[in-house]
Amino acid sequence: MMRQEWAGFKGQRWQQEVDVRDFIQNNYTPYTGGAEFLCRETEKTKKLWQKCLRLFKEERAKGGVLSIDTSRATSMTAFGPGYVDKSLEMIVGLQTEKPLERSVNPFGGLRMARQACQAYGYTLDGQLEAFFVKYKKTHNDGVFDAYTREMRLARSLGIITGLPDAYGRGRIIGDYRRVALYGADRLILEKEQDLDRLSSLAMTPETIQLREEIREQIKSLQELKEMALSYGFDIGRPAANAREAFQWLYFAYLGAIKEQNGAAMSLGRVSTFLDIYITRDMQAGTLTETEAQELVDQLVIKLRLARQLRTPEYDQLFAGDPLWITEAIGGMGLDGRTLVTKNSYRFLQTLINLGPSPEPNLTVLWSGDLPRPFKDFCAKISIQTSSIQYENDDLMRETFGDDYGIACCVSAMKIGKQMQFFGARANLAKLLLLAINGGKDEMTGQQLAPAIPPLEDEILDYHKVKRNYLKLQDWLCKLYVNTMNVIHYMHDKYAYERIQMALHDSAVERLMAFGAAGLSVVADSFSAMKYARVYPVRNQQGIAVDFKIEGEFPKYGNDDDRVDEIAVELVRSFHDNLQKYAAYRNARHTLSILTITSNVMYGKKTGATPDGRPKGAAFAPGANPMHGRDTQGALASLNSVAKLPYASCLDGISNTFSIIPKALGKSHEDRVNNLVSILDGYFGQRAHHLNVNVLDRQTLEKAMEEPENYPQLTVRVSGYAVHFTKLSRAHQLEVLQRTFFERF
Amino acid sequence: MVSGRIHSIESCGTVDGPGLRCVIFLQGCPLRCRYCHNPDTWQTTGGQEVEASALIKMVLRFKPYFNDRGGVTLSGGEPLLQPEFAAAILQGCKEAGIHTAVDTSGWVDPAALARALPYTDLLLLDVKAVQDDQYRWLTGRHEHRFLAALDYIKKEKTPIWVRYVVLPGINDSAQHIQKLKELMSSLGSQVEKVELLPYHPLGIHKWNRLGLTYTLEHLQPPSRSSLEVMARALQQNQTNIVA
Repeated sequence: MMRQEWAGFKGQRWQQEVDVRDFIQNNYTPYTGGAEFLCRETEKTKKLWQKCLRLFKEERAKGGVLSIDTSRATSMTAFGPGYVDKSLEMIVGLQTEKPLERSVNPFGGLRMARQACQAYGYTLDGQLEAFFVKYKKTHNDGVFDAYTREMRLARSLGIITGLPDAYGRGRIIGDYRRVALYGADRLILEKEQDLDRLSSLAMTPETIQLREEIREQIKSLQELKEMALSYGFDIGRPAANAREAFQWLYFAYLGAIKEQNGAAMSLGRVSTFLDIYITRDMQAGTLTETEAQELVDQLVIKLRLARQLRTPEYDQLFAGDPLWITEAIGGMGLDGRTLVTKNSYRFLQTLINLGPSPEPNLTVLWSGDLPRPFKDFCAKISIQTSSIQYENDDLMRETFGDDYGIACCVSAMKIGKQMQFFGARANLAKLLLLAINGGKDEMTGQQLAPAIPPLEDEILDYHKVKRNYLKLQDWLCKLYVNTMNVIHYMHDKYAYERIQMALHDSAVERLMAFGAAGLSVVADSFSAMKYARVYPVRNQQGIAVDFKIEGEFPKYGNDDDRVDEIAVELVRSFHDNLQKYAAYRNARHTLSILTITSNVMYGKKTGATPDGRPKGAAFAPGANPMHGRDTQGALASLNSVAKLPYASCLDGISNTFSIIPKALGKSHEDRVNNLVSILDGYFGQRAHHLNVNVLDRQTLEKAMEEPENYPQLTVRVSGYAVHFTKLSRAHQLEVLQRTFFERF
Repeated sequence: MVSGRIHSIESCGTVDGPGLRCVIFLQGCPLRCRYCHNPDTWQTTGGQEVEASALIKMVLRFKPYFNDRGGVTLSGGEPLLQPEFAAAILQGCKEAGIHTAVDTSGWVDPAALARALPYTDLLLLDVKAVQDDQYRWLTGRHEHRFLAALDYIKKEKTPIWVRYVVLPGINDSAQHIQKLKELMSSLGSQVEKVELLPYHPLGIHKWNRLGLTYTLEHLQPPSRSSLEVMARALQQNQTNIVA
């Protein structure tokens, strides 16, 4: 018999088993019209948002952290209920008992938690610290127990950096919709049945590990219920209306960020799912469009209030205090119907109602087949706010179906069915220098890679350098896979994501996501060696510390196959090479060309390179061409990046595109049309991702001088967006250095 | 194998014709306009030599972005100063189904027009001045060659976007507007659009770098409102005027 909360919903399979996609496909209403129906924020929302803006201001004034509760370690039930202003909140729930107050999460690493408190003038509670030191081993402790000397060296010299060995790995998307659709009790029941099914198996380490994990998942679902109950809600049963669906789903997400301080904590793909509840309520006459927008605005306000406690060192890698609350919007279904609903519009409308913002990280899944009015609306909001990123749905659907989300910036995964072991990135530019310098680190002179005969020619020989590069690439890949295996073994053991994994199928598919930084530097360097003459300048130790280039050479970013094919070959070869080495829990190796903001730090740690880039200079972000080297205009630059093969980079290829408004066209209408044409043209060539900034350089320069006047100025950096004024000066300058397409 | 000299490529042009356009800037110009923002395209010997076939191949790479509006634009310099080269590029693109535009001063030999216009979907015609003395003052050349070319263009009926750079206090008087109106009505429905382009001094640094003397240093760009006033004055029943 159908549950009364499901009255009016169609379809069978999703009722018999946990299958949110089946529920969506049976019940959603595609929308192909325009934006005319949208509403502005309600008075209630306006008042609530004003309160939040004041809190943000206070937070900025205090150096980025408003307050920290140092008295307890975070968990789903460590804190009682918290409110901004109960009378104004349609959706409730905070990570702690006060808005913007940060909790301490020592499970990833105690040292990092202690340092983070100190950095903002707090001291971790003595008893709490003593407890962890004495009784609770952390993920970080485990990793360093198992690390080899070589792994430590690779990490400290910066050939592999940003590894999640001292903080939560993140990049796992719980299917938060399950709590709304089924209620926690049904999910617990399903997990109990999974445990029963596992009972007849031989108790190998794999089975035992899985049994323990599922039991932990069940406990976490019970804790989630307890947490919701403290706010007065029984989420044991399914949500019965739109407001409950929003609230249940948010509680599930809140549970995840209370328990885990993962680097990236995506929301998934919720807007079309929630639209089904809104539509049902509207048909019943119990919800108006204004009220529907109010729910969306208020959910988004909650997401904008989410915070984790980080150290300043962490901020150097991932600048701007991000959580990557990525929400994937739009796309097309496997049956050819668009997955755009009115709620896709409502989510984007929050950028107007509440102003631009980096969070949630709104990601439009672009398809050539999206309804034209939706394309126009996205382009319009992009031009107005620079807060949207675009990813190629036509490309990802082939591999991930039509119910995938985006973890972090560009990593697609089937929601509730796949998870990922996140692995930061390797510095390919440094690898190239090791290949030239006999395996010695160019910054310190230390032997980092196995010794190989250094190249002593007066002019660098392309073929010899390439041979050495491939030899050391194999060394790096083995080291990288092994390091990741250590990290993720320990993360599972000491900081397992109980609630997020409870919202996955028990038989989950695992991806291991590797990354590469410095692609354009290495491609241009090989091009210089091949098409010009590169003279290394060696120090007394014989290490090449600078390079003189004679002659011209093609540069990545100008749609020139001579160099673009080098870049293609680099990513292919790196991905193939990684696959040679077995990954923990039979994970599938994937690769991203994404730097977040670490391109600045990687550059700092890398000597001069044969492409003419000076020592210490920032790399281009992600798969972008190097700053200012793409001289044939934006489309040529996009065409170069579009050549990188997604099959070798299933974890994503990030490209950030900045254009001044005037260069996009004369009239507003021209600009919208032209941006749509750019997106259609780029993605039509099987490109993967594009961040779109429509900004004047002068605006950014002004924001650097008067940050107080630009609190909401948002720029897309590499797979995510930041409040420009929250970036360090070095990061701000790097953003300014980037190619802004501006000829007109 | 036709080849010619180009100054540069802008693959994402949005202001020289409809939609997104790959703009090829050809090298060499017979005029010396005082406000020129690309004086480095003047010398016919500058730039780099490229084969027309290579450029056609390049333009085709941008076809996915053109949708139903965009295409290729030849600009310069004066693209019709290399008529064989320009015609070869235009013909190749047109045969590949790409919309073609030519951004010309119209101060060209009718024979050059005869080569290029059969493959040109749209002429962006820069009307430099509407009186001979001003034409000479502004470009260093007499107007008659432009007028002769105009006669030829009328016969060919190629669609035109007229462009007129507004220099405040120099070419925006009632008398100038009247003359411009007359010119447009003589072209009739061939004119699809008129673009009033505000003078801007963004080319000055190039003049300085080339050791040339920029004579409009003290001229201010026209205000948005004065351009709109001018557009209204120009408004004729059929034409689309953009300020």
